[in-house]
Amino acid sequence: MSHFLWIFVSAAVINNFTLSYFLGLCPFFGVSGRLDTALRMGFANLFVLTITSFCAWFLNVFVLVHAPYLRLISFIFVIASSVQLVEMIIKKTSPALFRALGIFLPLITTNCAILGLALFQTNRDYSLMEGLVFAWGAGVGLTLALVIMAGIRVEVSMQDVPKLIRGAALNFIIAGMLSLAFMGFAGLFSQ
Amino acid sequence: MTQQKSFQTELIKGLWRENPVFVAVLGLCPALAVTNSLANGLAMGLATLAVLVGSSCLVSGLRHFIPKPVRISVFILIIATFVTAVDYVLAATLPDIHKELGAFISLIVVNCLILGRQESFASKNPMWLSIADAAGMGGGFTLALVMIGGVREVLGSGSILGFPLFSDDFVPWVVMVMPPGGFFTMGLLLLIMAFVTENRRRKT
Repeated sequence: MSHFLWIFVSAAVINNFTLSYFLGLCPFFGVSGRLDTALRMGFANLFVLTITSFCAWFLNVFVLVHAPYLRLISFIFVIASSVQLVEMIIKKTSPALFRALGIFLPLITTNCAILGLALFQTNRDYSLMEGLVFAWGAGVGLTLALVIMAGIRVEVSMQDVPKLIRGAALNFIIAGMLSLAFMGFAGLFSQ
Repeated sequence: MTQQKSFQTELIKGLWRENPVFVAVLGLCPALAVTNSLANGLAMGLATLAVLVGSSCLVSGLRHFIPKPVRISVFILIIATFVTAVDYVLAATLPDIHKELGAFISLIVVNCLILGRQESFASKNPMWLSIADAAGMGGGFTLALVMIGGVREVLGSGSILGFPLFSDDFVPWVVMVMPPGGFFTMGLLLLIMAFVTENRRRKT
């Protein structure tokens, strides 16, 4: 049990995908302007990561044993098409959920966090369950980073910041501070 | 647009004026993740350059045969093929660097810079212009990575390309080679860019 907990906490805070692996930075800076979009983006990410983890495990176990050089190509294609499929199913069965996640799903399919998860999972030889826990941890971590970032940006937008630093430069420096704070979690476990 | 597109202008624009990292803020993940030393930044930049030139060349050569509705998938397939090739070449020739960069070589596939150039340039322009554009953008990307990597290595390890720069009593800013240093360096460089642009605008 503690093994799964370790994977989860490690992916969520200690090795946070955004703040310490720099994965998924485009949405991190792109949609963190408002709190509610950030939260939805985070949940959409969590959702796609779960599907990805399952697909990657399936491909690794049943297909890629015979053709490892096709890994990258098959990952991208299978993940993109399964997300599309799930998107269609959600649209039919649960319009409310679709409205909440809808526009973000196609955007994040080719996001580096998604492919990164599939690759890390492969490199570390995770089993299906370990992979899923890893995906949830990563998704929670991404959501956490996005929501914190959005909260800070909303506050900062109301402050009197010099014009020169407004925009991208300021966002990077805020992200740097957050990343510094998340480094503090490194002492959480001793392993 | 009547402006004549020439080989030189396409080649030069990516290096500075439309620099993919500092001006367009694209391809951030690799730009920050692997640039904890100058050598890693350079390797990553050159790998991206190779993938970009290869796929731009192929996409623009095939641009009349790629059906519009599935073009993005075709682009990704082409890019992924080149990335796989670069991955294997690096693993065979420079195993140390390949190990250091790890999964980030594979992640070149999802670098938005590459897909962006295919969509907005290579799929609409003749092959030699596309090669110039790809070489310029790839060069600009490499330049940016070398700059970030250089700053982080000098401050974080007190050396450049592994050669120590300072005397023994220099205490390296370890944080610069860790993740926060990437964000800080990038923010600082963007700030300097904004400052220079603002100054130039005021003068004219």
